[in-house]
Amino acid sequence: MDNKFWITDKPIQINECIEKVVRAEAGAVNTFIGTVREFTKGKRTLYLEYQAYQTMAEKKLAQIGEEINDKWDDAETAIVHRVGHLDISDIAVVIAVSTPHRNDSFEASRYAIERIKEIVPIWKKEHWEDGTKWVGDQKEQTTYIPSEEELRND
Amino acid sequence: MIDVLFFAELQEIVGNEKVSVEADGMTVTDLKNNLLSTYNLDNLNNAMVAINQEYAQSDATLKKGDVVAFIPPVSGG
Repeated sequence: MDNKFWITDKPIQINECIEKVVRAEAGAVNTFIGTVREFTKGKRTLYLEYQAYQTMAEKKLAQIGEEINDKWDDAETAIVHRVGHLDISDIAVVIAVSTPHRNDSFEASRYAIERIKEIVPIWKKEHWEDGTKWVGDQKEQTTYIPSEEELRND
Repeated sequence: MIDVLFFAELQEIVGNEKVSVEADGMTVTDLKNNLLSTYNLDNLNNAMVAINQEYAQSDATLKKGDVVAFIPPVSGG
């Protein structure tokens, strides 16, 4: 089967992700495109470097697709995340969700990006004019530790 | 032997993405303590742990052939 959840070190082709979820049953395809921002709280980013634990990251992206299927009827999800050196405005992630009706596709794609920031082993290193740092805890929450129940359900 | 994978900041401190260690029968906590005595990994306890690509708790026991990964707080998206 065509893989719908993948990590790439090449520039992301948005259409390639969208095409994986287009189908006759869908009345909506919602896409989320995450891009590299130049300024964060006044501080200038020169470029970013993304790293992934590729095999596990692809597995966790697929898990997000399964979670979406549990929460929204008849949803199809595809997600691609880029790694390596990304310049300002480069695309870091594309999520495409198709559903029969539009509301579900909006909600599910929002859910997907929030889950990526919790469970998918991908990291970014900020390169500023005056230094570098591996950034973590982007959601400003404590480290996500899965509960015993979630571990059993894995 | 058990393969231990490091990412992001942890990888830079260790200077390697992977090290092989004798840890059969140890818990994740035991392994962490051993690593902390070898490397200056101040943030190791902030990392999640995955065994064979699934998140695991620190009382999990390791066996020969396992791949353990230390997952610092993620920042994808």
